[in-house]
Amino acid sequence: MIVRIMGEGQYRLADDVRERVNELDNAVVTAVDGDDEDAFHAAFEEMLDVIRKQGEHLGDEEIETSDVIVPPADTSMAEATAEFSGDGLIPD
Amino acid sequence: MAGMAGRMSTVIKSKISKLLDKAEDPGETLDYSYQKQLESLQNVKKGIADVVTAKKRLGMQAQKLEQSVVKLDTQARQAVAQGNEELARTALERKQFAQTELQSLDQQVAELQSQQDKLTESEKRLRTKIESFRTKKEVIKAQYSAAEAQVRISEAATGVGEEMADVGLAMQRAVDKTEDMRARASAVEELEAAGTFEDLTQLGSGQDDIDRELAALGTGGMVDDELAKMKAELGQGSAPPAAELESGEEKP
Repeated sequence: MIVRIMGEGQYRLADDVRERVNELDNAVVTAVDGDDEDAFHAAFEEMLDVIRKQGEHLGDEEIETSDVIVPPADTSMAEATAEFSGDGLIPD
Repeated sequence: MAGMAGRMSTVIKSKISKLLDKAEDPGETLDYSYQKQLESLQNVKKGIADVVTAKKRLGMQAQKLEQSVVKLDTQARQAVAQGNEELARTALERKQFAQTELQSLDQQVAELQSQQDKLTESEKRLRTKIESFRTKKEVIKAQYSAAEAQVRISEAATGVGEEMADVGLAMQRAVDKTEDMRARASAVEELEAAGTFEDLTQLGSGQDDIDRELAALGTGGMVDDELAKMKAELGQGSAPPAAELESGEEKP
């Protein structure tokens, strides 16, 4: 699976990493729903960290479409609440 | 993947499909896409230049605020020397306010700098992808049937479109941030332009909107401390006010 972190570029994730990212993505949504800012930052930052460290960074000359696009690292809780709450449209 | 990542993907994909919908003739798709990409790249460059300009302007506003802080400090000292404690207090309250604004402005200018750096990186990445697209486009033209070429070029155009949407969002965030800061800095400038920073003698004449605003900020404790410090430095305590400074309009 190919993931883009907005502002940082694309990463190719193996299946097991994808699973972990999916769990953390769900944790982010739970935190946003529960209005828990600390939990939001913890889960979101860990998600980005897993993608960056365990994913394979795609070169700039490679042209690929991402399966999943992650908001920028400096996304605030307020932005996340306004724009990214709810179920999302891509099924688990 | 539901949640943030899924939602973000949907937002971006709808942007890209709008971008690609404009090319209808399959034969034109290739060149049209490339043309559009070059145009977008120009817009990105222009956007970065706008951020740089806005940052410079904010830097200048910060300098003005710094001058106000220095001036108000001097005025407070003069007022203490003249024994006009109320005037000194007002000047110090305004100094605190200007200082708080200055700190926040400095911090925001630094954030803007880091956004500018990221934008420059993104622009570089987009440029590389567009160059890569140009090469790929020629290969596809030469090697594939029309139908197959259409599929492949659509994939490639989507990939580049995603990169463009990424830069576009980063740019929008930088612009939003700049506008917030500009509004804030202008508000402080307006306070200053109200004339009250210029002429201390007017400060004693009672409560105006600014005084009420300052009082609401609750800087009282800090002002008391600074006032006490200033008095100590000027060798005052129970001592009478220094007489060598020309006396301004004294507060009753």
